[in-house]
Amino acid sequence: MPLAPHPMSDDTLFGINRHIVLPGPLALDGGQSLAPVEIAYETHGTLNADASNAILICHALTMDQHVASPHPITGKPGWWADMVGPGKPIDTDRFCVICPNVIGSCLGSSGPETLAPDGQPWAMRFPVITIRDMVRAQAMLIDLLGIQRLYAVIGGSMGGMLTLSWAATYPERVAAAMVVASTARHSAQNIAFHETGRQAIMADPNWRGGDYYADGKTPDAGLAVARMAAHITYMSEQGLTEKFGRRLQNRDAKTFGFDADFQVESYLRHQGLSFTDRFDANSYLYITRAMDYWDLAEDHGGVLANAFKGTKTRFCLVSFDTDWLYPTAESKVIVHALNAAGAPVSFVELASPFGHDAFLMDTPDLDRVIDGFVKGGGL
Amino acid sequence: MTALRPDLAIIAQHVAPGSRVLDVGCGDGALMEALRLDKQVDARGMELNRDKVANCMARGLPVIQGDANSDLADYPDAAFDYAILSQTLQTTMRPDLVVEQLLRIGRQAFVSFPNFAHWRVRLALFWGGRMPVTRSLPIAWYETENIHHVTVDDFRALVKERGITVEREWFLSKDREIGAAGANLRADHAMFLLRR
Repeated sequence: MPLAPHPMSDDTLFGINRHIVLPGPLALDGGQSLAPVEIAYETHGTLNADASNAILICHALTMDQHVASPHPITGKPGWWADMVGPGKPIDTDRFCVICPNVIGSCLGSSGPETLAPDGQPWAMRFPVITIRDMVRAQAMLIDLLGIQRLYAVIGGSMGGMLTLSWAATYPERVAAAMVVASTARHSAQNIAFHETGRQAIMADPNWRGGDYYADGKTPDAGLAVARMAAHITYMSEQGLTEKFGRRLQNRDAKTFGFDADFQVESYLRHQGLSFTDRFDANSYLYITRAMDYWDLAEDHGGVLANAFKGTKTRFCLVSFDTDWLYPTAESKVIVHALNAAGAPVSFVELASPFGHDAFLMDTPDLDRVIDGFVKGGGL
Repeated sequence: MTALRPDLAIIAQHVAPGSRVLDVGCGDGALMEALRLDKQVDARGMELNRDKVANCMARGLPVIQGDANSDLADYPDAAFDYAILSQTLQTTMRPDLVVEQLLRIGRQAFVSFPNFAHWRVRLALFWGGRMPVTRSLPIAWYETENIHHVTVDDFRALVKERGITVEREWFLSKDREIGAAGANLRADHAMFLLRR
C-alpha cells in the first residue's frame, strides 16, 4: 500500500497549485495579527541540495502565483511565461523559481475572500496589510521550504515594492534583488488613481460594505470601473494612440449616444468586465491600500539610503521611458539611495512603447538584462 | 584578456588589485570586465548610452545609466579608490566640476582625453583652416560629442590652479606610449592619475 506523502516532503511543497496553511499568528504593521496564514504558490525547477538556487518572483497588484502555469480561470499562459521556464532568462533548468500569491489577494492566499476562523469570509474584517506584511508572510513560506538565502528576488510594479521590502527587511536573505518598473513610495498621483478605483467599488450598490460573498451579487460594475481607470495608467499615451487613435468600434459614424463608439472605449469596457471574472473587489481595496501605504523611507527616518545601510545585496533596477505610473525618476531615487549606501547597483531605462505594462510585454532588452542579472550571481 | 584600448590598458595596469573602482563613461564595459577578472576589482560603471548600459547589464556588469554632468553628485565622498574618466572629459558640460567630483568620490582619479594641441590637429587647423578630423578626433565638428576641446597644457594648468596633485602622467602617440618631453605637441592622447 503506498504511503501517504509526508506533509513536509518535497512532493507536497513543490510544484504548481500548492497551498499551505500556517498557524501564524503573523504580526502586522497595523498592530493586528493574522491567523491562520494561508499561502497559495507555485514552484518551477528543482531546489538544489544546499538550497542556494531559489529565485523568488513577486507579482504585481492583480497578478497571482501563476507566473509560468496557465491561469485557472482564464486559461491564459502564466503572466511571465516568456521570462520563466526551461532555457528562458529565468531558467527553471537551473533555478528553483517560487511565486507566492500575496496575502490580501484572491487566488488562494489569505485575503478578504478566504474564511476567517469563524467560518465566514473575512470580507472587510480582514486586517489592513502593508507591503512588508506581504513580505513577512512570504518569508514564512521560504522558511518552510528550507531556504535560508534567496539567490534572487525579482519583481515588477508592486512586485518591485515587495522586492525592495525583502531587501530592506531581510538583507542577509537576499543575495540579489531585481526591481522592474517600480518605486520606493506611492506618490500623491498614484494614491489618487487608486482612491478613484476604490470609490468606484464602494459606490457600487452590490458592494454592501464588502459583504457580498453569500449571495454572489458582486460589485462588478464598480470593480470594472476601477480596472478601467487603472488600466489607463498602465499604458502610454503613445501606446493608446497607436492602438486605437480615434477609430470607431464596428461602425462608420458616431451614434450620438453613449454606446462605446470609440475602440478605446470598447477596449476598456472589455478590460474592466473581464477583470471581474478573475478578481475580487475587496482584494482590490486591500492591495491598493497596501501600495498606497508603501513608503520605504518612512520606516527609516525618511532617509531611503538608511533602508539599505550595510547591505551586501546586489541590486538591479529597470525603468521604461514611456512608464508614467512609476516613471524613471522614481527608479533613480532608489538608485541614488543605493549608491549612497554603497550597494552594488545597476540601472537602465529601457525604451518601449508600452508604458508601465512594458515589463509584462515582449521586451527583448528586458530579457537580456534579466539574463545578465541572473547569471551575474555566479550560479 | 581581450585587447583593451591602449589608454584603458594603461589604467588596467596601474589599478591596485582588489580596489574599488567607478568607471565613468564605461562604454561596453571592457575595462570593468578586465579589472574584475584580472585584478578582482570591485568595478562599477556609469554610462549615458542606454544600449551600452543594457549590453553591460546583459554581461552581468554593475552599470548605472547616468550622466557624468549631473549624477556623480549622488555618490558619497571617498566611496571608491579610483574614479575613472577615459576620453569623456571633453564631452562634459563643465570638465572642471567633473574632475572635482571624481576626486571627491575617488581617492584618486584617472582622466584621459584626446590632446587638441597634437601637431596633426595644429596642422589641420593652421594650414587647412578647418576644424580637424584626425585619427583621435574622427568626427566632424557638427556631430562630435566633444564640446570642450582641451590640450595637455590646458589640463596641467587646470589641475595646478585647483591644487590637484598629478601622481603620474602618460602620453600616447598612435597607441604607443611616448615620453613627457614635448607631449603637448607630440601626444595625441594624454592620461593623468590625480589625487587631492
